[in-house]
Amino acid sequence: MTDVEVSPVRPIIEARDVALSFGETPALRGATLSASRGEVLAIMGPSGSGKSTLLHCLAGILVPDGGQVWFDGRRLDTLAETERSALRRDHFGFVFQFGQLIPELTAEENVALPLLLGGARRSAALDAARPWFPRLGLDGLEGRRSGELSGGQAQRVALARGLVAGPNVLFADEPTGSLDSLAGEQVMDLLVSAARDQGITVVLVTHEPRVAAYADREVIVRDGRVSAYASGRVAS
Amino acid sequence: MSVPVTLLGLLEREPSHGYDLKRDYDLYFGRGKPLPFGQVYATLSRLARDGKVVISEVGPGEGPDRKRYIITELGATEVQTWLSEPIEPEPHLQTVLFAKVVLALMLGRPAEQYLDTQRVAHLQRMRELTEIKRTGSLMDALLADHGLFHLEADLRWIELTAARLDALAADVLAKDIRGKDVRDKDVQARQSEPRPAPAKNMAKDARS
Repeated sequence: MTDVEVSPVRPIIEARDVALSFGETPALRGATLSASRGEVLAIMGPSGSGKSTLLHCLAGILVPDGGQVWFDGRRLDTLAETERSALRRDHFGFVFQFGQLIPELTAEENVALPLLLGGARRSAALDAARPWFPRLGLDGLEGRRSGELSGGQAQRVALARGLVAGPNVLFADEPTGSLDSLAGEQVMDLLVSAARDQGITVVLVTHEPRVAAYADREVIVRDGRVSAYASGRVAS
Repeated sequence: MSVPVTLLGLLEREPSHGYDLKRDYDLYFGRGKPLPFGQVYATLSRLARDGKVVISEVGPGEGPDRKRYIITELGATEVQTWLSEPIEPEPHLQTVLFAKVVLALMLGRPAEQYLDTQRVAHLQRMRELTEIKRTGSLMDALLADHGLFHLEADLRWIELTAARLDALAADVLAKDIRGKDVRDKDVQARQSEPRPAPAKNMAKDARS
């Protein structure tokens, strides 16, 4: 078995032989993978395998000790934190296991947040946020705060927030992990549909095969490496 | 899918001709595997023979399509029993994969690789079923869900087995050594016995 996994199409995001330790504990030991433009890629693996750490390295949240991370022909891991932060804001979207909505903001303000942080005017940001509500089955919930939303609704708001700025890559870390089967399927269906409509690349971390089955392709991370055994259809 | 009781169930809705039964079976349960006409009529004949359906009328002309089938009380009872009794849980679904893993460990072959290969096949099928769910009708989605949950259960087994391969290998090898020990003693015992007559030897081999 080799540790090299190669995407069939020119990658938009890529990890090359990435290594990272937390103290004495190695989390990644030379992980290599890539995702092509518009591809939905699932990263699977048991707990502690390093799959979330790999996602954080790809997204420029963590800086690896070794190896390289590339985004759209640009090396990401050597950028300063401010540059990585700007790149994340302008090109990446995020959805995490627990929506992590800001409780003081309404749902539509939460969705508009990436645009506000990017310097958009409040009215323009809210105008851009509102169409996501009917699209994700959230009609009438624009003014609610996160405490007034069900888990599935909150996660769909989080999904809208991840997509509102039209990112090139959406990173989703266990996006259905806190939901029941039906709510989880709704989120995944909407996530994949929206990503495909807009040609967004999705890097999805999950330990659930039913969630990974929404992806075009999946890879397995074990002991900090990407297994060569992977399957999926070639992204168009 | 149990064809006889399913046809009985369709007949419980209303009396029907064989052709209509086949059409409805294919529509609801066929899923790309249409029931051959021969099987439909052979099944209906057996059901009639067993008193679970009766033939109410034979229309003009010849051929099995002229017959109209009606479910009997006995047939309806069978449908009711079938519906109300749980299907026996299958404890041996993984028999083939289990045998592959154990044999691979026994023979020093790459068991993890076989599990990975199986995982890829399972995930590929899950991807196909998920696409059916996303694009098909609610009935398609429910059937796809059934397949997905079963495949997911298999995958959980594969993951757990992969995580336990080292321990399983030790267990398999320990059993193999014990078996070998027993076999060696058996061989020694046989070697110390007088050679049996050819006919008896054959009988002994046949029993073993």
